[in-house]
Amino acid sequence: MDDLKDLATQVIERATRAGASGAECLVREGREFSVTVRLGEIETLKEAASKGLWLRVLAGQRAASCYTSDFSPDGIGRVIDQAVALVQFTSQDPAHGLPEPELLGQIPGDLLLYCDDVEAFSVDERIDWARRAERAALDADPRLQNSEGGTFDAASGRLVLANSLGFVGEYPQSYCSLSAVPIAIASGCAMQRDYWYSISRSLACLEKPEQVGRVAAQRALRRLNARKVETCRVPVAFDPMTARSLLDNLFEAVNGDAVYRGASFLANRLGEQVAAPGVTVIDDGTIPGGFGTSPFDDEGVPTRRTPVIEQGVLRSFLLNCYAGRKLKMPTTGNAARGLAGNPGIGHGNFYLAPGSAPPERIIGSIRRGFYVTELIGSGVNLVTGDYSRGAVGQWIEGGEFAYPVEEVTIAGNLLDMMRGIAEVGNDLEFRGAVACPTLLIAEMTVAGR
Amino acid sequence: MDAGCKFFRERYRISEGDLEGYLAEAHSAGGDYADLYFEYHATTSITLDESLVKGATQGVSMGCGVRVVSGERTGYAYTDDLAPEKIRQAARIAAHIARGPARVSTVGLAAAVIGHNLYPVVVAPTEVEAAQKMELVTRADRAARAHDPRIVQVRVAYADEVRYVMMAGSDGRVAGDFRPLARLSVFCLARQGHVTQRGTAGGGGRVELDFFRRQKTPEHFATESARQAIVQLEAAEAPAGEMAVVLGPGWPGILLHEAVGHGLEADFNRKKTSAFAGLIGQRVASHLCTVVDNGTIPGRRGSLNIDDEGSPTSDTVLIENGVLRGYLQDKLSSRLMRASLTGNGRREGYEHMPMPRMTNTYMLAGNDDPQDIIRSVDRGLYAVSFAGGQVDITNGKFVFSASEAYLIEGGHVTRPVRNATLIGNGPEVLKHVSMVGNDLRLDEGIGSCGKDGQTVPVGVGIPTIKIDRLTVGGTGQ
Repeated sequence: MDDLKDLATQVIERATRAGASGAECLVREGREFSVTVRLGEIETLKEAASKGLWLRVLAGQRAASCYTSDFSPDGIGRVIDQAVALVQFTSQDPAHGLPEPELLGQIPGDLLLYCDDVEAFSVDERIDWARRAERAALDADPRLQNSEGGTFDAASGRLVLANSLGFVGEYPQSYCSLSAVPIAIASGCAMQRDYWYSISRSLACLEKPEQVGRVAAQRALRRLNARKVETCRVPVAFDPMTARSLLDNLFEAVNGDAVYRGASFLANRLGEQVAAPGVTVIDDGTIPGGFGTSPFDDEGVPTRRTPVIEQGVLRSFLLNCYAGRKLKMPTTGNAARGLAGNPGIGHGNFYLAPGSAPPERIIGSIRRGFYVTELIGSGVNLVTGDYSRGAVGQWIEGGEFAYPVEEVTIAGNLLDMMRGIAEVGNDLEFRGAVACPTLLIAEMTVAGR
Repeated sequence: MDAGCKFFRERYRISEGDLEGYLAEAHSAGGDYADLYFEYHATTSITLDESLVKGATQGVSMGCGVRVVSGERTGYAYTDDLAPEKIRQAARIAAHIARGPARVSTVGLAAAVIGHNLYPVVVAPTEVEAAQKMELVTRADRAARAHDPRIVQVRVAYADEVRYVMMAGSDGRVAGDFRPLARLSVFCLARQGHVTQRGTAGGGGRVELDFFRRQKTPEHFATESARQAIVQLEAAEAPAGEMAVVLGPGWPGILLHEAVGHGLEADFNRKKTSAFAGLIGQRVASHLCTVVDNGTIPGRRGSLNIDDEGSPTSDTVLIENGVLRGYLQDKLSSRLMRASLTGNGRREGYEHMPMPRMTNTYMLAGNDDPQDIIRSVDRGLYAVSFAGGQVDITNGKFVFSASEAYLIEGGHVTRPVRNATLIGNGPEVLKHVSMVGNDLRLDEGIGSCGKDGQTVPVGVGIPTIKIDRLTVGGTGQ
C-alpha cells in the first residue's frame, strides 16, 4: 500500500529537481457509495472510486499550486511542469513557506479514523437500512404521506501528505451515514418536510434505521400548521442543530485568514470578554473517532487541543503556518486544503462545552420566546457580526411549546448574541465535527408580521 | 463534428464503436435508457490579497459518468480513468439498477444537430498566458484602493475554466460542447474610526479574456465593490417587520431563483414535494409578472448550447402574466411526466447525476418608470444588491439576504441600512407585485446555484419591481 507514498515523494523530488526551492504534495484516493430509497423503491444508487493529487511548489518567497485526477506519467509530468512554470508569475511574500522543520510530525496511536465494518456492509444491507429508515418515518403517523426518501451513504479512502523537508504521513478514513426525509401533509395548511440523520466512522456506532426514521417523523410533524408571529424582541433558544450553526459562524470569525485581514468582528479582541462567562469553546483535532480528527494537519503539523474561548474570554485564533506568520503567532495545526490555492484553515472537533441545564429546564424557564429548530439563508456578515436569518421553530408561552412558527427572521449581532448567552444546555452530542448544546440567548429581534 | 466530440475522438481515441460497446454494457441488465457523459475540465485561479498575488492554481480533472435508468430507478457510476476497461467497469456497476433481460444494443449513433453556438470563443481564457491574468487582478486592486482612502483591504479573485463534454445516449444521439467560463470578483473592506464594512462585486461569463479589457473592466468591478463598502459605513439598523419592498434591477432577480425557480424544477413536482406541485394553469403571481428561464442568451454565465444530457437549451416560460405555465425538465422527469424537454438537465461534473436546474432566470420588463415606483412608496425598503438566498421547496418559504439596501421614506430613497434577510412564501410573494419597471437588467455573471450538493453557474435578472408586502428581517423599528 505504499504506492501513493511513493508517488507523492517522487513528485516532490521531481519538482525540486525542476527548480522548486520547496514542495508539498497531497494525494487522496477513495471510494464512495450512496443509495436513496423513496416510497419503498430504490430511486438512485451510485458507486464510484476517485483520486486526486495536489502539488504546491515554492520558489523562494513565491508559491503556486496545481492539481490533477490524471495519474498517468503524462498527467503527473504536466502537473509538475505547470506548477514550476506558474510560480514565476506570483508575488514574493515572506509569509509563504513550508512549516519550520521542528513543527512537523504526527500524533501517535490509532485515532479510530477507519473502521472496516463500513466496507464490509453489503450493498443489499445498505439498501435495506435506507428502506427501513424511510419506512420507520412514514409508519410513525398517517399524516406522513410523502417522502424525499431514506439514504445510506458510505465512503472510505486514504490521504498521503509529503513535503520536501522529509515529512511523509498517511492515514485511512471511513464514514457512513443514514438519513430520512419525510413529508407531513394535513388539510388546510402547507405540507412540511424535515429530516434526521446519524453519522459515524464505524457502522457499529451508527444509530439504527428505526431510531433515525422516528426522529425525522417527529421533526416533520411538529412543523404542521406553523404560523407567522408579530415582530417582537424576545428570548431565543437554539436547539443543538441550530446552535451548531452559530459555532460554524464563530469558526469563520476566529479563522486566522479572516483575522489577519481584519475581516472578522473578533480580529482585535484576543483576551477580551466576547461571550457570556458560561461559554467555553474548544477546538480539538485529537479526539479518537471524531470527524474533525487527524494525526496531522494538511501542512504536516500535529493536530492538538486549542481552547478558543474560556469562560467567555477569547483565548486563541485558529491558524495555519501562513496566518501564524502574518499574526506573529505559532500555527495551531489547523491547516486545511481545498482543491485550489495555498493551504487554508479548517477546524478539528469544534465544540462548545456543555453546561448544567437540561434542555427541558431551559425551555421551561422562558415565559414568552422562540425555540429555533431550523435556519435558512446566508445572512451573516462576519466583518460586522450582523446576523439575520430565516427561522423555523416553536413559540414558547409559559415555559411550554404553544405552536409552530415559520416565515420569520431572527436578527442581532453575533458579538451581542454571544455575550447574551443566558443558558448553556447539558446536551452536547457530536453528529459531525462541530457540536453545541442547547443555547438560550437573552434577547433577539424576531421579524414576522 | 462539434468541438466536444472531436476532442474525445482525437485525444482519447474514443470511437463510435467504443460508445456503442459501453452503452451495450450499461444495458446488460435491461433498463429503459442509458447514457455516457465524458468530461475534461481544466481550471486556472489567481488570488490577490494585500496587493500581492499570493497564489495561482491550475488543475485538470476528467472522467466519464455512466447512468442507467429503469422506470424511476437510476444507477450511476463514474471513473476518473478513461481506459476502456474502466469505463466498461463503471457501466457494469451502473447496470445493477436494472432488472430484466439485456436490451438490444444501440447501433448507429447519430450526431445531434445543434442550432446555436452561444459562445464562439476564438482564444479560450485557459490558453492565455498567466501574466495577462495577473495584470487584471493587479488593476482591480489599484482601482479599488484609488477609489477612496478608507478602503483598507482588497481581495481579488480571477478564475477561468474550459470544459470539453460529450454525451452519448441509448436513444442514439451523440452531442458535445466546448464551454469556456471566466469571472473576476473583488472584495473590499472600508474602515472609518471603529466601523469596518465590506463590499463585493464581480462578473464574467462564457467569454474571452478580452471581455475584461473591453466590456467589464477590472476597474468597473473594483469601483463598484469599493463604493458598496463605503456606502455601508453610514448604514443604520435595518427595519424589522412587513413593509413595501422595491427591488432594483439585475442581481435582485435572485428573488425569482429562490421564490419560484427551484419550486418549478420538474423532479420536485413529479414527486409532489414542491409547494408548486399541481398549480399549472393557476395564478401564482400578479398579471404584471412573466418569468422565463432562458439558457440561450449568448455569452451568459448560465447559458449552454446543450444541457448535460445533450438536449438543446431553450427559452422556457415559467409564469405568463401571472399564470403558472411550465416546469424545468430533464430527461427522466419529462419521460415520467410525459412533458417536453426544456434543456435543463444539468450536473456539476462527471461525478454527479444530472437533474433539473435553472440556467438564466428572469422577469420580463414592464411599463413603469423606476423613479415612479420609488415615488409610490411612503415607507419601505429599496434593495439593490444581494448576498445569496435559500428556499425550502416543500413549504415554499424562501429567504434572500440584502447586502446593499436603503430606506424609502415619503417617496424618496434616504439612508442606507445594514445587511438584512428578506423572507416570504414562493407561491404568494409575486401576487403582491404591483409595479414592474421598464428597466430589465441581468446580473453581471457571478452567480452559482447549489442543489443536492451540486454547484452550477447560473444567471438571474429582474426589472425594478414593487412588492407591496414582504417581511424584512432587521433589528430596528
